[in-house]
Amino acid sequence: MYGNDFGAPEEASGGGLLGEVEAAEAALREAAARQRRGAPASDDDLAGFFAEVVEADQKIEPRDWMPEAYRKTLIRQIAQHAHSEIIGMQPEGNWISRAPSLKRKAILLAKVQDEAGHGLYLYAAAETLGISRDELVDLLLNGRQKYSSIFNYPTLTWADVGAIGWLVDGAAIVNQVPLCRCSYGPYARAMIRICKEESFHQRQGYEILHTLSHGTPEQKAMAQDALDRWWYPSLAMFGPPDGESTHSTQSMAWKIKRFSNDELRQRFVDMCVQQAEILGLTIPDPDLRWNDERQAYDFTQPDYDELMRVISGDGPCNRQRMAHRRQAHADGAWVREAATAYAAKRAAENKEKVAA
Amino acid sequence: MTDPSPLWEVFVRARRGLSHTHVGSLHAPDAELALRNARDLYTRRQEGVSIWVVPASAITASSPDEKDAFFDPAADKVYRHPTFYEVPDGVAHL
Amino acid sequence: MSERTPFEFTLSLGDDALIAAQRLAEWTTRAPEMEEDIALANIALDQLGAARLLLTYAGELEGAGRDEDALAYLRDDRQFRNCLLVELPNGDFAVTMAKLLFLSAYQLPLYTALAECADERLAAIGSKTRKESAYHLDHASLWVKRLGDGTEESHRRMQAAVDQVWPYVAELFAADPGAPVDPATLRAEFDATVAAVLTEATLTRPETGWAPAGGRDGVHTEHLSYLLAEMQVLHRAHPGAQW
Repeated sequence: MYGNDFGAPEEASGGGLLGEVEAAEAALREAAARQRRGAPASDDDLAGFFAEVVEADQKIEPRDWMPEAYRKTLIRQIAQHAHSEIIGMQPEGNWISRAPSLKRKAILLAKVQDEAGHGLYLYAAAETLGISRDELVDLLLNGRQKYSSIFNYPTLTWADVGAIGWLVDGAAIVNQVPLCRCSYGPYARAMIRICKEESFHQRQGYEILHTLSHGTPEQKAMAQDALDRWWYPSLAMFGPPDGESTHSTQSMAWKIKRFSNDELRQRFVDMCVQQAEILGLTIPDPDLRWNDERQAYDFTQPDYDELMRVISGDGPCNRQRMAHRRQAHADGAWVREAATAYAAKRAAENKEKVAA
Repeated sequence: MTDPSPLWEVFVRARRGLSHTHVGSLHAPDAELALRNARDLYTRRQEGVSIWVVPASAITASSPDEKDAFFDPAADKVYRHPTFYEVPDGVAHL
Repeated sequence: MSERTPFEFTLSLGDDALIAAQRLAEWTTRAPEMEEDIALANIALDQLGAARLLLTYAGELEGAGRDEDALAYLRDDRQFRNCLLVELPNGDFAVTMAKLLFLSAYQLPLYTALAECADERLAAIGSKTRKESAYHLDHASLWVKRLGDGTEESHRRMQAAVDQVWPYVAELFAADPGAPVDPATLRAEFDATVAAVLTEATLTRPETGWAPAGGRDGVHTEHLSYLLAEMQVLHRAHPGAQW
């Protein structure tokens, strides 16, 4: 169904991807309803029980026994995802003050706000694995945990806001929809909730580009320029090619990850081609063509050396994004301290009242 | 040492006739702020809903069918917050 | 101040909300805590929503074919009718909360009275926005109390913020007997609300005779022109374009 779920904006329906989210939700309920033995038989049975639950497509829950590496992998992945939501607010937030109509301003503000919410859902999911949000924020701020490298590219024009919605959120959804079936319960539930909200994000981005590409020649040029700059970084969002991906195999066995990087990238390209046609914009890939044998599009791979450079800190905006987040965190310290002090005073008063 | 911004569990009654359902968790220094944050984060201020916030540290979990966590749980923390439970119909964005 | 037309009255309320929204939205990605980022965005969205309703109606009252965007994007600062309070820079979080406390303590009785006024459209807008204002007032009060009665540093900052912003309150209540709601009639309720919050926050109301004004006549601070330059730049760069 991919690639067919976007007609002209006015008839765009939730279609394939949202349908998959709902299917994942139904599967979650169904799996929960299936009767099976409720607990490991003994301490010797822990690993066996874990494997059985994963094998049966049921969910691992916070206090279950889990392999240490499973827990660590999940913490890393969920945290990176949460950090991406929080850092990802910056490139789009960059255009809130200059949005070209009040309606667009309201939509963009609501969208960026949603991302803060998604970040918080995800931090909460990570916390169920026994790490605190403060620790995770520290790991981000001192550079020991990463966020999606796509947010290290600048938003230079209004059309970039559209491109982020269409391509970046689109790629994120393709990545995330399978995570709605992740073996770890809190993550799967967070993803279901997030994916439902994300579909609105992708649509608003697509609509921005649709309006621009059907507007004045300057607007159309702005839209094409944005597509030219965001296309390959969006393809790179799916990570290195399968042969070079370090975490993939084990994650797939644990059902944390359910499709390979290259499978998801292909799915995304196949989805975008027709959407670009409706926009009347050209995907900047002269070698993009339908392959009848594979029943998929052949396309040029993104520059993975560039991806590695951006991941390692040398993208156009890495330093800017981190400095911004650190600044906000530092500037807010006195406010957080005040709230804590106030709460402590009130708690002490209550104690006195009780004692008296 | 006190947690500067403790964890709160959030329960929402979507509409009359339903019981409060766990919807997630959040951080706040005190109950009043936790309640406001819960409204912004989990209900986007739908009217007519009722929200409870409970300090996560005040929840005692009975989990007879679960082995306690093997990752050195702190005694004052509840790891069992089945975040993001499904929410009854009728509340947008919930 | 001479008596204002219904258009000018509505425009001034719309401009208050629009400029407040623009300032509050500047906090996005910068709030002291992630939860607060969401809360401030909510309040900005409320103000923006009110602005759109009010500016749309103002355009209809004027009858010159201007819609919300024409009014927001194609006027210069001398044509804006917002109070000076909302255009002041955000400052630190304490200044923003002081501004929000005074603005919401003014907007709540204003919108509440508007909900009962003879103009049906304004009454409808008032009955929607007064609930939002109650939430804004609640939020600002909560923080002013925490900052005022928090740490030494937060107390110092919160008192400085109140001192800085307080003089701009006077302008909000300039008498306008012909308006659907005369702002002068709202002053007593405002004073009672604010006094209660400040007292609980261990803060004092400054004594000052200085009462800067002029916003309702289009004579603003230097800050507004910069705010508008940023807000309007893209819209104005593409005259007549659809977005």
